[in-house]
Amino acid sequence: MNWLAFASIISAAVAVSFGAIGPALGEGRAVAAAMDAIARQPEAANTISRTLFVGLAMIETMAIYCLVIALLLLFANPLLK
Amino acid sequence: MISPLANPALFSLGPLPVTAGVVVTWVIMAVLTLGGFALTRRLTLIPSATQAALELIVDAVDGQIRDTMRVEPAPYRAFIGTLFLFIFTANWTTLVPGVEPPTAHLETDAALALLVFLAVIWFGIRAGGVRGYLTSFAAPNPVMIPLNFVESLTRTFSLLVRLFGNVMSGVFVIGIVLSLAGLLVPIPLMALDLLTGAVQAYIFAVLAMVFIAQVVSETKPPPERTPK
Repeated sequence: MNWLAFASIISAAVAVSFGAIGPALGEGRAVAAAMDAIARQPEAANTISRTLFVGLAMIETMAIYCLVIALLLLFANPLLK
Repeated sequence: MISPLANPALFSLGPLPVTAGVVVTWVIMAVLTLGGFALTRRLTLIPSATQAALELIVDAVDGQIRDTMRVEPAPYRAFIGTLFLFIFTANWTTLVPGVEPPTAHLETDAALALLVFLAVIWFGIRAGGVRGYLTSFAAPNPVMIPLNFVESLTRTFSLLVRLFGNVMSGVFVIGIVLSLAGLLVPIPLMALDLLTGAVQAYIFAVLAMVFIAQVVSETKPPPERTPK
């Protein structure tokens, strides 16, 4: 175990953990706003939930990007070859 | 641990290495194509149970296209419907023991995202000709040309990474839990994986619709068709 591998593992964990914070807060806000909107206007629930799903997917992508970076660090690290 | 980015060849067909994902993809394609062909041979005005189920699927796709794109669904039904059904079936192949969904590999997702990228260009050109499509890059004003150009590439890339990341992470987590705990423990995670798979198929189709609708609405019709 050299220092590069050590640093890669640590940074993979940091990338996932800190990368999950932002999207989690964002998704919470988005769902709360959608709930609020549905409570006010139940007849618009279909449109709201469709838009919500797309928006959530967009937000979630940020966390997925971090996951992909972490996996690249762990499995396809160019520095460790 | 096997890398989720690796894609080992199953067997090789002459000089062509064939991976497990390719085999599964071809099986899904065969099932969907032959199933669709066989089930639509005898369509009647008063539908049987299977025909009613098929009509329900087509109707749901039509409804989504109409709601999202606000146009008549006919030109887009085939592409969007096929995308959704293929990704949905591919994600749910994780139900079959020993089969890994082909969408859990980067290559299948790259091909699907490339299809959406080409479809956006195709529908853009169809809506306004080559000239109209190219001027749609200058909307709302020419300062945006580099940004719009970069956006059309990055959103394709994000489609690819989104589908890959979601499906692969599901498979990966199930693998880890299975290696740590016993036989029945990963079942809730597998159920969650099915939900994610369905939602991701839906989102992929919706985003494809949104991109196409955007390019179609921004593309000006060719000058000879505009009323003077």
